[in-house]
Amino acid sequence: MTIVGTSGLVLNEKLLFEHSNPGRKGYSLPKLDVPAAELASDLCREEIDGFPELSEVDVVRHFTRLSTWNYGVDSGFYPLGSCTMKYNPKVNEAVARIPGLAGIHPATPSHLAQGTLELMYRLQVDLAEISGFAKVTLQPAAGAQGELTGMLVIRAWHEARGSKRSKVLIPDTAHGTNPATAALTGYDVVPLASDGVLTLEEVEAHMDDSVAALMVTNPNTLGLFETNIEEICKLVHERGGLVYCDGANLNALMGIARPGDMGIDVMHFNLHKTFSTPHGGGGPGAGPVGVTTELIPYLPGPGVEFDGEMYQIETPKAASVGRMLAFHGNVGVMLRAYAYIRSLGGEGLKHASEMAVLNANYVRARLEGVYDLPYTTRSLHEVVFSDKDLEGGCHTLDVAKRLIDYGYHPPTIYFPLVVKGAIMIEPTETESQEVLDEFCDAMIAIAGEARDNPELLLQAPVRSRVRRLDETTAARKPKLRWQETS
Amino acid sequence: MTMRYIPHTTGDVTQMLERIGVATLEDLFVEVPESVRLKRPLDIQEPASETELLRELKALALGNATPETHKSFLGGGAYHHFIPTVIDLLVSRSEFYTAYTPYQPEISQGTLQAVFEFQTLICQLTGMDAANASMYDGASACAEAVLMAMRLTRRKKVLLSKALNPRYRGVVATYCRYLNMELVDVAVAADGRTDLEDLAAKLDDSTAVVVAGYPNYFGVIEDVAVLAEKSHEHGAKLVTAVAEPIALGLLKSPGELGADIVVGDGQSFGLPLAFGGPYVGFFAVLQKDVRGMPGRLVGETTDLEGQRGFVLTLATREQHIRREKATSNICSNQGLCALMATIFMSLLGKQGLREMAEQNLAKAAYARKQLSGIKGFSLVFDGPAFNEFVVRSEAPVAEVLSRLEEAGILGGIPLGEDYPEMADCFLVCVTEQNQREEIDALVAALQGGAA
Repeated sequence: MTIVGTSGLVLNEKLLFEHSNPGRKGYSLPKLDVPAAELASDLCREEIDGFPELSEVDVVRHFTRLSTWNYGVDSGFYPLGSCTMKYNPKVNEAVARIPGLAGIHPATPSHLAQGTLELMYRLQVDLAEISGFAKVTLQPAAGAQGELTGMLVIRAWHEARGSKRSKVLIPDTAHGTNPATAALTGYDVVPLASDGVLTLEEVEAHMDDSVAALMVTNPNTLGLFETNIEEICKLVHERGGLVYCDGANLNALMGIARPGDMGIDVMHFNLHKTFSTPHGGGGPGAGPVGVTTELIPYLPGPGVEFDGEMYQIETPKAASVGRMLAFHGNVGVMLRAYAYIRSLGGEGLKHASEMAVLNANYVRARLEGVYDLPYTTRSLHEVVFSDKDLEGGCHTLDVAKRLIDYGYHPPTIYFPLVVKGAIMIEPTETESQEVLDEFCDAMIAIAGEARDNPELLLQAPVRSRVRRLDETTAARKPKLRWQETS
Repeated sequence: MTMRYIPHTTGDVTQMLERIGVATLEDLFVEVPESVRLKRPLDIQEPASETELLRELKALALGNATPETHKSFLGGGAYHHFIPTVIDLLVSRSEFYTAYTPYQPEISQGTLQAVFEFQTLICQLTGMDAANASMYDGASACAEAVLMAMRLTRRKKVLLSKALNPRYRGVVATYCRYLNMELVDVAVAADGRTDLEDLAAKLDDSTAVVVAGYPNYFGVIEDVAVLAEKSHEHGAKLVTAVAEPIALGLLKSPGELGADIVVGDGQSFGLPLAFGGPYVGFFAVLQKDVRGMPGRLVGETTDLEGQRGFVLTLATREQHIRREKATSNICSNQGLCALMATIFMSLLGKQGLREMAEQNLAKAAYARKQLSGIKGFSLVFDGPAFNEFVVRSEAPVAEVLSRLEEAGILGGIPLGEDYPEMADCFLVCVTEQNQREEIDALVAALQGGAA
């Protein structure tokens, strides 16, 4: 086996503030070409205490060194489950930087913003086609804000009908954002038990006239398709509720099946997952939301409309839940997602989903029997193992840390909560069989090390820039900023 | 089919299916019921090659007016500022932009240290004790600040200055929509600041929070100290929203003036206008309130060998641990945008931010002076201003702005839609990017048409 992880020359680097040298500067501004002006002195501050003074070279070297302490998709395999860490195509970056697209002010009148508006409109239409919804809003900034948008729309629909329902059903496999979002919309959360997939009986037992909606993730966080989804949606509708779908896992279904065709009423997309836009070390993403015809009046605004000649920023309708952001959403992210869809086409998107599912099942086939597989139903785009069979007193965390020494970003760990010691692997379609084989060899070797030499896991990682960090002290005595005295 | 982002050859697929133990790709989808299958190809345009894609999108981009094609005086929450070349080159290091949330600190120290630096810079800038790793934008940060104030005070009444950016006011209303909160507007005084008499009349012991812009939407610099004092007299929190943080290079920090929560947008710090996003919200609080704040936080610690390192911390506030009891539902934030703002602040530093603020002040003051002498136009507010101001026009605003467009000028944002009583007004923004000739051209174009 070739071990990808190795050690090279890694450079130390202080904090910005520790480099600062009074009088140094890293910028140039044009000479002021109008008379100087002054504000009343009681409005003005002295200098900004502690702000750095650095040369351009200092700054460039600083951030270049910091970048080398990171691991990204471009560094290597990044099977972080439920996050869809696929390759981020470089032409998308070039698209977002086209001067006319990057430089346009959000308050530019519609007739002078036709280029961007047309692209936004095309993306709305393509996302609606991929998902089977009647209309898509692009405004939400991320998946969680998409959820909030969708749940606000659901509540607005209920209120418009005079319905005062107060609860939302959420399966125990859900992302934490689902219950947090339900609370932000003023709903109480009722957790549903699932045995791999949600059963009609479980929904039936809780679905009464106090329930506004069911929030599901499909495929769910175990990587399993919710096989009863049609019957569940039908039941929820019969009893006066709506169904929200967390679209985090849409990468399994493009061109295969559409949530809108399953009876789902509202779904958010994660452009930074399914549609290849970079995750940026935490963001920005984008979380467009698709809805059925009945819910269109409640969508946030403004959105983009086309009257056959001109693209317009439309004023939100009276029933709209309002705006989610100051402007039109993370347009730079939308441009990248559009470039991705244009590069693949309909057939290419389906191929991407098929290869994502193939890759997950291949990893599953290679690791089954070495790691415990709690749910044996056929997986879609990701697979969840547990640490039950791990020997030597080692746990999921130790496997994750040892993977770092082998040169991999660890999978998502300890999620979903329904699997104790979960190891959630989502390879995505952009990885080759060779990469998957090397990764699986490493996983198998680590299971062997746990048995024969557990210290290798318990001490890991040893090749990274820092070793395991003391998170307990960090939380007990939080130090959240640099200070001169420190 | 093979595609450049998907490495599988036909041979690979066959081998992999065999290892899995199924015959066809179709067999992998057995759990997806036939009744929900899409039985036709997706109706999406044919794939474009790299050359075709760029050609097509560059052509579309020509339909956009930008500060490169027009003289632009648009502001109102998004600002045309100098962007140092260094920023885009550094954030194009793909170790930064192709990583995700730093859940595994040992291989994420680059992101984590940069966030720690961002948190520190925001604290220094705002005069506050602690800042988070970012929010979506200034408006959503403002909404989260209102919710936090509601939790801290256990009160439900929110006073929003009418001089606060109307888009921020809109997002606050959206977030509060179903939380049984009472949103009350506070009037604007003749100087363009929040009306203190109206504020005093509406503030009471049920008020959770007072929210004002700094500078406000009309470019006027609020008296934050007085707003804080009045809010605190009733046990209410003061949220200060900074949509144009370049101003803080010059203005007293909101923290020094008594604000309880300071939010704002970092777009001015090196982010392209990009038709409104991605931008980056910042969120800063006092030490005592740290555990009640939304969003991710990075803290300093040490590793097994005693080396300094950084980790995500105080996660028990967050949705993945606390679920429906979390302080917010935020998960992904605007990390890369926060990095851009961090690099911008590092380059500009102590002197640069002040010099840039002074240039904005001077350019806007010059433009105000020149515009105030034009027949048919007048300045609406006389309070101290930063880089924006409101102009009243005798001729209909739409006509004036469209005449300016013909002269290649984006003259400002009409205010009638957000303020029906100001249908005869527009908001003009002048930054260090507007050369004197551009300002003179604006003046000449207005003179030409107003007679």
